Amino acid sequence: MKVELTVNGESRLTEVEPRKSLLDCLRDNFNLNGAHAGCEHGVCGACTVLVDGQPVRSCLMFAVQADGYAITTIEGLTPAPGELSVIQDAFCETHGMQCGYCTPAMVLTAHALLQRNAAPTREEIVESISGNICRCTGYGQIVEAIALAADRLSRANAPQGGAVR
Amino acid sequence: MSAPLARVPGGIHASVRHDSAAGHVSGSALYLDDIPNVPGSLEAALVLSPHAHARIKAIDLTAALAAPGVVAAILAKDIPGKNDIGPIRPDEPLLPTDMVEYDGQPVAAIAAGTLDQARAAAKLVRVDYEPLAPVLSLDEAIEREQFVAPPQIMTRGDVDAALKTAAHRLSGEFNCGGQDHFYLEGQIAIATPGEGREMHVFSSTQHPTEIQHGVAHLLGIPFNAVTCEVRRMGGGFGGKESQATMIAGIAAVLAWKTRRPVKLRLPRDDDMRATGKRHPFLIRYEVSFDDGGLIDGLDLMLAANGGNVADHTPAVLTRALCHSDNCYWLPNLRFRGYACKTNIVSNTAFRGYGGPQGMFAIETIIEMIARHLSTSPEAVRERNFYGIGRNDVTPYGMKVEDNIIARVLEELDRNVDLARWREEIVAFNRQSTIIKKGLATMPVKFGISFNRPALNQAGALVHVYTDGSVTLNHGGTEMGQGLFIKVAQVVAEAFQIDIDNIRITATTTAKVPNTSPTAASSGSDLNGMAALNAAERIKARMTDVAAEQFNIPAGEIVFQQNRVYAGNRSMSFAELAALSWEKRVSLSATGYYRTPKIHWDFATNSGRPFYYFTYGAAAAEVAIDTLTGESRVLRAELVQDCGQSLNPAIDLGQIEGAFVQGMGWLTTEELFWDEKGRLRTHGPSTYKIPGSRDAPPVFNARILPDAPNREETVFRSKAVGEPPLMLALSVWLAIRDAISSLSDYRLAAKLDAPATPERVLEAVDEIRARAAGSGSAI
Repeated sequence: MKVELTVNGESRLTEVEPRKSLLDCLRDNFNLNGAHAGCEHGVCGACTVLVDGQPVRSCLMFAVQADGYAITTIEGLTPAPGELSVIQDAFCETHGMQCGYCTPAMVLTAHALLQRNAAPTREEIVESISGNICRCTGYGQIVEAIALAADRLSRANAPQGGAVR
Repeated sequence: MSAPLARVPGGIHASVRHDSAAGHVSGSALYLDDIPNVPGSLEAALVLSPHAHARIKAIDLTAALAAPGVVAAILAKDIPGKNDIGPIRPDEPLLPTDMVEYDGQPVAAIAAGTLDQARAAAKLVRVDYEPLAPVLSLDEAIEREQFVAPPQIMTRGDVDAALKTAAHRLSGEFNCGGQDHFYLEGQIAIATPGEGREMHVFSSTQHPTEIQHGVAHLLGIPFNAVTCEVRRMGGGFGGKESQATMIAGIAAVLAWKTRRPVKLRLPRDDDMRATGKRHPFLIRYEVSFDDGGLIDGLDLMLAANGGNVADHTPAVLTRALCHSDNCYWLPNLRFRGYACKTNIVSNTAFRGYGGPQGMFAIETIIEMIARHLSTSPEAVRERNFYGIGRNDVTPYGMKVEDNIIARVLEELDRNVDLARWREEIVAFNRQSTIIKKGLATMPVKFGISFNRPALNQAGALVHVYTDGSVTLNHGGTEMGQGLFIKVAQVVAEAFQIDIDNIRITATTTAKVPNTSPTAASSGSDLNGMAALNAAERIKARMTDVAAEQFNIPAGEIVFQQNRVYAGNRSMSFAELAALSWEKRVSLSATGYYRTPKIHWDFATNSGRPFYYFTYGAAAAEVAIDTLTGESRVLRAELVQDCGQSLNPAIDLGQIEGAFVQGMGWLTTEELFWDEKGRLRTHGPSTYKIPGSRDAPPVFNARILPDAPNREETVFRSKAVGEPPLMLALSVWLAIRDAISSLSDYRLAAKLDAPATPERVLEAVDEIRARAAGSGSAI
């Protein structure tokens, strides 16, 4: 059946089987491979994308359920080829990744957090990524990345003349 | 040729970003499942045994073959070559002919036009089984003497006499569980038939050469007809060392039969049922010691649950025996290792490779000795540490020449003030009735090198192009651990060029042959040295060209920050590369390295298996709820010896990640097989991987400063992948400490790992009853 999704700001019309997951639709139909299949039953979080700004496990959502919604994938957070967003750059800087398989989902989750809470505490950061399993890092450098990004974003958004924090 | 100027960006000892960092955060780093299928490609699915032990009476593929989109099905008889993928010992079939030996064992595979079609058709395969009684417990396997490999023994002194004469003696048994790797990217391979008998295999593997060999055996073709390639894995942890061969092998047999590219990607539940894990161990011991805790005799039995076939079990067991001493001199000992055959999936390599289980054994025994003597584990350890220049020979005959455990422990204490921390815990427990806290430390000594000397070699291939850009290839594989960037840093340092000029390419058996697995923490030690060797060979040729050009002796040529200097004259590295080509000098070289000094005698389990040891220490604080058995790690402080770290940021990631993974093994990650031998925890909803809230809220990992490797490793660095996993034994010991507090630290907990809430609660009740029975206040 036909679905119309707004993917990374662009309206996309595509044909899917009713049972097709949003994850498979993004990967197969749109070649957006940044969302990864990890456990395929909604626990590991590697398939996280943003649906109307909220983190959602795309392996548990049918593509047809996303009809009419705005989907943001990791490709949509990347400003331009060769460029990185403040959050993405912070993950690189603090080495907030190892194998990288969970990383796009972590970045998207962090993006959603910082959209609703510009100055999260360490506990709030830890809580926000508690639905995303990382098997490599032990989370420390990821938490550090999100804290660094929050700090940089708040400085960038501060009124002329100084940092907020 | 010392460096007079500033350091080259991206050289050694710098926290350079992971080479794939930008790709990882933008989703553009490609994993195998991200490669678009070429037209005509097939997707595959497996048929798994629902029985732990059964005879296969008949397999009917009719319905499956008639299902929509199905192109082929394979059984054991469709394997054109030898049905054997054993990594160490022979006769480990890819697909079974007449018997299944574990729940989840693949018996058939289907290839179809789409993944959904393949998975649907797999469900239509009818297998007629005659179920047989499975052997599931280690006790039963030992009693039946049912082993996948011969028992191993390590002895010294007269243990029987020592056990008879000492002042104190303890004996008993305890267990530790296994662990699923849970690499976030599941097992996957794509096999593409080429011209004639060629087969190209993309595999998410830590061991491309083993894939090459396995596929060649299965297809009955020479090694040179198979190419295996891997750019990156989404995690490995040992789970993609031998286990990837099954996946690649099935994809290759299907591709051979259909003459079309075949992709096999396991769904998570199948992955967890069908592939091996860390070995559960049963430990039996008898130990004797004096009033101060000095160990005289230790009779130790380690029984590993090998599962249905040997796979890596014999080697895992050897490493377990080689780490049952940890940091301690044991004058009289008998270590026995049993590789038990049971009807569960064959267990395999997992970060630490038996080392964690060996240290689990000795450290738990030391804690029991401490409770028996009403002293601290630290005091018992202090009595038993290897000496410097005396009492310094391991049970396998290797002299511990680089012992820095005292320094590592001092560093830990300086950071945290253990005595004061201990007082706070005891004070807390005095006023808290339900929540009890525990504190424990953990010293680690871990041997670096594969036990089997032949595996300690590596190759590399380096090309310099005439614009000065460099392509780097070596036999190691990237699974997130940062091997590629570390080796690139080594090459950048050697040539004195910016790391951005070096392109790191996918590992392939076509570029560097006969490689060792990326395992045993040895990736950068081996491949870094091989790449350095290649770079130095090219650099020597380029130096000669520069010397001739500037008309000065070669010894006066200096490579520095992208330029090549001859006194006050210079040219860029790129100009020298172009000039070298002009002068018809080769700008390509292979590099090679073999670890010196090592030897091992498998017959006597003795020798010098390890080039060096790496050391670490940790302290962990936990809290347990004595009403529910739940536990939390509140704080962890780590010090890890990395030699002169090649990349401190990468190494810190390894240390923290290993610690949390080790915590998972010892606390939440429970593999549960039911009475029929069916794994019931085969997804992350039932098998609990540590999440962000499980990591210690206060968590400080430090690299031991100013500690260059005594041995001549690559720029005096040390291996880091596995050793810090064992620092997590501090968490295990801290939980035991919290339970022991209920007996005023006089009794040791009766507890097996993982310390799940159920087990902790049982241990709490048990120790209270015992303490009350012995007349102690609680």
